[in-house]
Amino acid sequence: MSDEYDNNKSYQAQSSEVMDGSTGSVNPDIDYVRPAEVGEQDLYHGHSFIEKWVFCQDAKVIGVQYFLTAVFTGIVGLILSWLMRLQLGFPELAGFMTAEHYYQFVTMHGMIMVVYFLTALFLGGFGNYLIPLMVGARDMVFPYVNMLSFWMFFVAVAVLMASFFVPGGPTGAGWTLYPPQTILEGTPGSGMGILLMLISLSLFVIGFTMGGLNYMITILQARTRGMTLMRMPLTVWGIFTATVLAMLAFPALLVSAIMMTLDKVLQTSFFMPTILKAGEVLEYGGGSPILFQHLFWFFGHPEVYIVALPAFGIVSDLISVHARKNIFGYRMMVWAIVGIGGLSFFVWAHHMYVSGMNPWFGFFFATTTLIIAVPTAMKVYNWILTLWRGNIRINTVMLWCLGFIVTFVNGGITGIFLGNVSVDVPLSDTYFVIAHFHMVMGIAPLMVIMGAVYHWFPLVAGKMLHEGLGKWHFWITFLGAYSIYFPMHYLGFIGVPRRYFEMYDSPYMTSAVGMNEFISIAAFIVGAAQFILVFNIIKTLKTGKKAEQNPWKANSLEWYTSTVPPEHGNFGERLPVVHRWPYDFSVPGAKDDFIPQTTAPSEVIHTEVEKT
Amino acid sequence: MHAGIIFLLVIIGSVLFHIFTPWYWTDIASNWGGMDDTITLTFWVGGGVFVAVCLFMIYCVFRYSHKEDRRAEYKPEDKKLEKILTWATTLGVCALLAPGLIIWNQYVNVPKNAIEVDVMAWQWGWQYRLPGADGKLGTTQVRNIADNNPFGINPDDPFGRDDIMVESDVINLENNRPVKILLRSVDVLHNWYVPQFRAKMDAVPGTVTFYWFEPNKVGEYEVLCAEYCGVGHYAMRGGVEVQDKAEYEVWLSEQETFEQLSARYEKLNVDGNKLAKK
Repeated sequence: MSDEYDNNKSYQAQSSEVMDGSTGSVNPDIDYVRPAEVGEQDLYHGHSFIEKWVFCQDAKVIGVQYFLTAVFTGIVGLILSWLMRLQLGFPELAGFMTAEHYYQFVTMHGMIMVVYFLTALFLGGFGNYLIPLMVGARDMVFPYVNMLSFWMFFVAVAVLMASFFVPGGPTGAGWTLYPPQTILEGTPGSGMGILLMLISLSLFVIGFTMGGLNYMITILQARTRGMTLMRMPLTVWGIFTATVLAMLAFPALLVSAIMMTLDKVLQTSFFMPTILKAGEVLEYGGGSPILFQHLFWFFGHPEVYIVALPAFGIVSDLISVHARKNIFGYRMMVWAIVGIGGLSFFVWAHHMYVSGMNPWFGFFFATTTLIIAVPTAMKVYNWILTLWRGNIRINTVMLWCLGFIVTFVNGGITGIFLGNVSVDVPLSDTYFVIAHFHMVMGIAPLMVIMGAVYHWFPLVAGKMLHEGLGKWHFWITFLGAYSIYFPMHYLGFIGVPRRYFEMYDSPYMTSAVGMNEFISIAAFIVGAAQFILVFNIIKTLKTGKKAEQNPWKANSLEWYTSTVPPEHGNFGERLPVVHRWPYDFSVPGAKDDFIPQTTAPSEVIHTEVEKT
Repeated sequence: MHAGIIFLLVIIGSVLFHIFTPWYWTDIASNWGGMDDTITLTFWVGGGVFVAVCLFMIYCVFRYSHKEDRRAEYKPEDKKLEKILTWATTLGVCALLAPGLIIWNQYVNVPKNAIEVDVMAWQWGWQYRLPGADGKLGTTQVRNIADNNPFGINPDDPFGRDDIMVESDVINLENNRPVKILLRSVDVLHNWYVPQFRAKMDAVPGTVTFYWFEPNKVGEYEVLCAEYCGVGHYAMRGGVEVQDKAEYEVWLSEQETFEQLSARYEKLNVDGNKLAKK
């Protein structure tokens, strides 16, 4: 690291020399970039169909495999949410649904969306596709392990889906899987269902560790010449920090899954106290249910940022490219990502203010939680300051970014309610919580995913997605999702608890019947609108306009590959050499309004580049 | 251009929704008005920031939308602006955190004169116990629970003999007298929650948790379970009746003590044996 830093500094000195054109040169060769220290990676190119498209070692193919598998789970999660909304909005039409079904759908929807959809999509999907391209590498450093990572994920998904078909059905314990109820009768799927869930999660963690090692080491060790850490696109910073978090957080999930499996199968009592069930004292004693909650949220809170940080990074790049302006306060953005990542390990018990843990913890965790608001707010300011005095293209990609800002700020602010310990007391376990986390870690990251799909589709497929369809997709999704979750906060104010199959006749809850119907209708529409994208992709692949190279006029390396879409090995004969950060947009004196990262200082000698 | 207008309508709509919403919190019936006040404060500060950020964003969309002949400004950093924003945000966060912590301090410190109410939860219902004339609850154990001892009171504990057993899922409370709710569960997690009192806490098997409040409005309230506890979670209801002192004492005098309950069961047992012998 220190070596990197020195190199960076000395390089900056050279460019400032160019800038003010001072006399007496320190180093006459302003384009100098330190030579590579290690030779190039040998790649194994697949020969058969199976090696090229199934058990493939190319990170780009693995990225697409991750993406498609995650989207499949996402569609399952979406259908489950429709069923839940049918029950909540129109119970008379959902006669086929019992309380058991409802709780199984709630549980599987939550777990699928958080772990198997969002995490896999951001890190496995975007991480695999973009990391080697953006840092100028030919592939991930361990391509074979990378392939195993995907197939482990694939098996994890298969085991998860299998739990729909076992006797008793999938677990209905809520995605948080709190013991003791999770493994006791009285909770749906407390037999085979929960076992398969725990096995699937363990497989996911194992597979994810293989992928995560690749992402981290590729970013640390395989960057091309001149690509210093402080010249990396924020997308890479976001994915990198999220991966570090995942490496530290997922083990907590793994051990809690193993302990719970033992409690279930061998009647150990890690999490199980003395329990009286149907008049019988069970063979448990001395365990602590709250211990599980600590372990779960020690994973669970960083998990929020494992999803959020890649989204932060990606959206920063999208905003910068489409506003034709450098990201405002790059260094602040990097340190905010790292700082949020670090702090995210000290806030977990804000999910547990009313869990029965020692209430004095509340003071500590409320303080750490609200401290996180500061770097997060800085990121928001920097996004809107990037728009300020920009030259903003209001295209589909930018619309998703703007939608992200609105939903993320909205959800971030309701987070201040819930983090602030005594304010959390009336709101916790109500619909306010549901509205908050869907807005901030459901809709907001989804906006980024969609923006990223429209942005990088020309790179992946070589064709431009249809703009008109894209805009319809955006507006229906944004307006629909906002009208689902904005009013839902008010159900929480009333005090409607979450995870209720039915409201019965409590006066303050029946007042919300109309709202529930409205929310359900909006949910059906928003879900259906996602198929506009599917249609758009199929249509584009068949008849779409061919994309020129670098259609958005971006600077980062993924747009400067030898072919579009990039082939295995990414950059043809020679790896690119990097001379600047990826945000040199609208530089005064430059011919175009963008200067690619590969452009040497001598090629743009008359520009007023402030920092490269 | 129309994009900016739609975003603007969304923000205006959000503010109007908040002003005119028919859905808002229930009339408070306890001492935790401070929680409501902190929510209101957070709403104005946070809502203000939300509206300001979004309006600034919309302004940028109108003012700086793409023109071929224009260039964006090139200014990577502005240390002064970033510093001002950091400190302003820090200040705002502290202003919200302080009242939150002050109220939490009240929440975790139970007043000395609070009457203890033992709430026992199971799948899926509630039971209550009050201390007897000695003012102390007897110790309990899950293994002692039986028909004649629904709370599992240790039979040797002298404090337990006069404990008052409320054989109903409705508990009566005295108006304007602080209550310390002691929560126990015999099976899984539960949470004894009355929206009008604002307060809540999980009941955790294997341990006793607590919270307190002071009811200040006579009336009947519904108890909800606020922690998912299995398939009957949504149907796990109970009740609270807040009464004035005089009425409350009448109700209290009608309840059975643990000693009386044991005696009743013993008699039942003896009668049953007699019946069997005949």
